[in-house]
Amino acid sequence: MEHKPSPLRKKFWTPGTFVMLAFIVAGGVAIIARFIGGIGYVTNLSDSRPWGLWVGVDVATGVALAAGGFTTAALAHIFGRHYYEPVTRPALLTALLGYTFVVLGLLVDIGRSWAIWKPLVNWNTNSALFEVAMCVMVYLTVLYIEFIPIVAEQYKGKVNLPGILSVFNGLLNRFLKIADAILDKTMWVFIIAGVVLSCMHQSSLGTLMIIAHTKIHPLWQTPILPLLFLVSAFSVGYPMVVFETTLASASFKGDSEIGILAPLTRITIFLLGAYMALKLGDMWARGSYKYLLDGNYQTNSFIVEMLMGVMAPWTMLLFEKVRTSRKGVFTASALIIFGVVLNRINVFIVAYTPPVTQTGYFPAVGEILTTLGFIAGLMFIYRFIVTWLPVLNAPKEVCS
Amino acid sequence: MGVAGASVAVGPSVAQGEQWRSKAPPDSLGCLIDLTRCIGCRKCEDACSQVNELPPPEKQSCDCVVFDHKRRPDEDSFTVVNRYFSGKLTEFDTPDPTFVKTQCMHCQDPACVSACIAAALSKQSNGAVKYDASKCIGCRYCMVACPFEIPAYEYHDPITPRVRKCTFCYDRISKEGGVPGCAAICPVEAITFGKRSDMLALAKNRLKENPGKYVTHIYGEKEVGGTAWLYISSVDFDQLGFPSLPHEPAPKLSETIQHSLFSYLWSPLVLFGVLGGIMGISGRKKNEKKIKEASDGA
Repeated sequence: MEHKPSPLRKKFWTPGTFVMLAFIVAGGVAIIARFIGGIGYVTNLSDSRPWGLWVGVDVATGVALAAGGFTTAALAHIFGRHYYEPVTRPALLTALLGYTFVVLGLLVDIGRSWAIWKPLVNWNTNSALFEVAMCVMVYLTVLYIEFIPIVAEQYKGKVNLPGILSVFNGLLNRFLKIADAILDKTMWVFIIAGVVLSCMHQSSLGTLMIIAHTKIHPLWQTPILPLLFLVSAFSVGYPMVVFETTLASASFKGDSEIGILAPLTRITIFLLGAYMALKLGDMWARGSYKYLLDGNYQTNSFIVEMLMGVMAPWTMLLFEKVRTSRKGVFTASALIIFGVVLNRINVFIVAYTPPVTQTGYFPAVGEILTTLGFIAGLMFIYRFIVTWLPVLNAPKEVCS
Repeated sequence: MGVAGASVAVGPSVAQGEQWRSKAPPDSLGCLIDLTRCIGCRKCEDACSQVNELPPPEKQSCDCVVFDHKRRPDEDSFTVVNRYFSGKLTEFDTPDPTFVKTQCMHCQDPACVSACIAAALSKQSNGAVKYDASKCIGCRYCMVACPFEIPAYEYHDPITPRVRKCTFCYDRISKEGGVPGCAAICPVEAITFGKRSDMLALAKNRLKENPGKYVTHIYGEKEVGGTAWLYISSVDFDQLGFPSLPHEPAPKLSETIQHSLFSYLWSPLVLFGVLGGIMGISGRKKNEKKIKEASDGA
């Protein structure tokens, strides 16, 4: 299969992009309110519930769903399955934007956004959060470096900024040329580093709640949380690629990539199966199944997570018929993504039980608007970039 | 891949060699609170507010209704006293209240200190768990980690919010003969201040000297590896809003995981080496294939 990504060059302003813009504006208003009135002004967070939607979804879920980037890079570039190369660029872009928005989300959530650099000079290597922060910072840099060749491919020697900015044309051209030449030889270092850094912080995100183990519901409270987070990140990587390429090819009327996607899901059977075995084995070993039928919102949320988010899609993928149908693959992938999203929400929000006050938490409108605004912003920029840079596979008629 | 090879050899020995050790300071200070003595006068709340320059406590001069709801320490009050009825009766057959003062426990191995992303919290050699706002980024992981739900946050400060909690009157107790504000003012000597080891001995002594008066549990002796503040009571602690906690120090498991995985970055280095090796092999295969195809073509 000839693999030739190219800019879409389709109309950018569609009803869809206007809807995204509306969400971005609403989220922006909530963020402005947060920086005027404080976190307490727009959120339902309290002394007993210090982490809510922003940490659970914008940060923890954002990192998990960006796993498509390192899992496809590992497959295509490290394990040499070049057949999968057409999906590495969109996955890289999703990871890059995903992590960018994780950092933006953090800047809104932490109380002293301007002090975010301080862990760089005040190390605490006992802290899982310190390790996550360092890895995310370095990995985000690696992702931007990995993206330079894509920009270079389109604009090397052709940088033509309008008006006064044109004085930078020569400089940018030279930068792209030199960076591209250097990266051509050294890219392997960044690709491997990206995978290593991902494995480190995907697992350490799971370690985060271990220090609070007396506050976590026993269904999720296990010392193997880091392993579960890592394996679930592995297993959500390819479904995430399936999900977004299906959506992208549907909305841009591009190639149907089912030929590539079907074998990807076979790997997912193995990865998701391993995750399921670990989850069930852990429940068995710790005897936490005795809580399953308690019937409260925590245990019900666990049951939904396992049945709909893990077992159902795993069983679906066992059938050849599902794996070869575009709808089937898409549905199974969507369920796996749902399962991982719910797992992160469960671990960080639902499972969290303050032992003294038993305070509950439900996100405020301001928190929800901020999160939706970030998601819309991510999609908006994705759309902008694939319109102008060679990320997605070109439709066949142009290609041939 | 020489580096990787070396790290494979070093890795496991590093991982096994590291045993978790308590970092509790020796000879540190502590307080013993005897709940059988507390009369709920809330003078400790007043003293605390004065020493720490906080707003005056809720309903300062009126104890009558303030006990009707349970209060928690918050950004404006580092200690609060609550009233509990355990079903005990006084000699006049009226419900006998137990008053409980709540503040930071100053754990021997504090979860908040271990969790803090920027080392803004530290366990001082005198036993105080101290917060340094100049290092804080406001991630609130300390609040997530604390098993006692103690650290509070200035949620309504948009730019420079601080984590707020009992300081153990760090400046006062650092001076010779200094006593925490609450312990100094207590009119019934419900709070005794001194070396933690002495406080523990005192608690054991009171339990021994007064058989039947106290429940045989010194809260804070073993909870989460021990706390600088200790409690004795005539009523079971789980009836008084004390969380029942394991004896394992709170940070032990997470620190063990972190250090066995990442000491000297051995596991990332090994992974980098292994992946580099795989990449090298799969890359060579691709090249061989290309050369073969080229020669076949020729």
